[in-house]
Amino acid sequence: MARYGMVIDTVRCVGCMDCVVACKTENGVPEGYNRDWIAYETTGTFPSLHTEIRSERCNQCDNPPCVYCCPCGASHIHERGGVVLVHHEKCSGCKACIAACPYDARFIHPDGYADKCTLCIHRVEAGKDPACVAVCPTHCMHFGDLDDPNSTVNRLLHSRKYHALLTDAGTKPQLFYLE
Amino acid sequence: MRELVLTRTNPMIDPRLHIWGWEIALYLFLGGIVAGMMIISGYFLLKGRHKEMTCSCLTLPPVAIGLLSIGMLALFFDLEHRWYFWRMYLTFQPASPMSWGSWILLLVYPALFANALIRVPASLERWLPILARWSRAVQVRPGIIAAIGSANITLGIALGIYTGILLSAFGARPLWNSAVLGLLFLTSGLSSAAAFVHMISRNKDESILLAKADNAFLTLELVLILLFLIGLVSSTRVHLEAAMLVLTGPYAPAFWVFVVGLGIVIPLFIQSLAVRHRIAHTPLAPLLVVAGGLALRFVIVAAGQSSHWTRLILTN
Repeated sequence: MARYGMVIDTVRCVGCMDCVVACKTENGVPEGYNRDWIAYETTGTFPSLHTEIRSERCNQCDNPPCVYCCPCGASHIHERGGVVLVHHEKCSGCKACIAACPYDARFIHPDGYADKCTLCIHRVEAGKDPACVAVCPTHCMHFGDLDDPNSTVNRLLHSRKYHALLTDAGTKPQLFYLE
Repeated sequence: MRELVLTRTNPMIDPRLHIWGWEIALYLFLGGIVAGMMIISGYFLLKGRHKEMTCSCLTLPPVAIGLLSIGMLALFFDLEHRWYFWRMYLTFQPASPMSWGSWILLLVYPALFANALIRVPASLERWLPILARWSRAVQVRPGIIAAIGSANITLGIALGIYTGILLSAFGARPLWNSAVLGLLFLTSGLSSAAAFVHMISRNKDESILLAKADNAFLTLELVLILLFLIGLVSSTRVHLEAAMLVLTGPYAPAFWVFVVGLGIVIPLFIQSLAVRHRIAHTPLAPLLVVAGGLALRFVIVAAGQSSHWTRLILTN
């Protein structure tokens, strides 16, 4: 079975926010809301500082607390690729999933239901890349099947040093950042 | 140094998570006090002492129904997709404390109504004569009264613990991530309910008995708060940082003054003197206990949303 994930090259990412614009356009994300965003993380001691620029979104966790805590069964793991999705018509807007997410990747849509990145599953099922991946001008983002040893994402993870976000929280994120 | 800047601007999420406000804090408090009322009332029913403990067994059930309904209304107002609330009752999600809670609440109401049947107000009897018949049928059957007592104790414990586990199951919020919270909220609910009886009961023996019980609950609550904090402080870095929010951080004044000081220590001191007949029983101490129970929920709900996981960056 496929296990969809993303590999994002932080060396190539320049934080242009094309991915953000593409997501908002593709998915009709309301004004003032974000399914994906840019993180600028600066570490070190002056003058020896290092800034990592990341395109972030739902980490499509393999152990998703947002799904387990949902009292309505609205948050679920899609049969295709293990993508974490929300049935809008089942959601009561209780916000438990938002409290459960260590990445704060979810939000309440102005219509009342919990919303988040879907990895553009509608595009993936049509054989296309997610919108954010498709538009990236530096080609820093890669989408694919982490269970397929020949996929680009797997090849990159085997050849480069990488990290995932807040792995100590135990959610098994499926988005990886090349260093 | 570590500086993290996000371009994300999601309402209720950024810059600080604030998904739950007064509605949830009030609901958790009312759920807790109702749980305490069910346990106290159920205990005396089980012991066959409902005729002497009139406030606990006859006044509390209708009061509990009213308070729980206010709490449920607050919960309803908190829902963002509120007209879909019934979706919770089309499924049971065993891994979701909120799902457990919604089903527990559905069972709590019949138990409280059965408890209230033991004495139906005359005005209601005139309006609904069938209630008078049911009430008389219950009154002459001690076995049914004991069964109602057992059901109220069991469901009261479940309700009280669930209000804490609801928060503690969120591993993403380190301050809440302690199972002690279940027992702490249950004990706080028992304490508030005992204080309520202490305050309003006209039966002196009952009032003093519940004041003594409240002193035990308040002492246990202090111990549980200590265990809760020890658990966090001795855990991982993020849990330690979460504990500091209430120990020395922005929530410390509210926690120490309203929850621990005015909510537990001072009323415990006053009530200890009162039960030893050194000073008279006044509504001050029980009022402080009830307000302290409310403050506990507000502080934990607010501080928990400020606690979060952060990436540890090692620099030399």
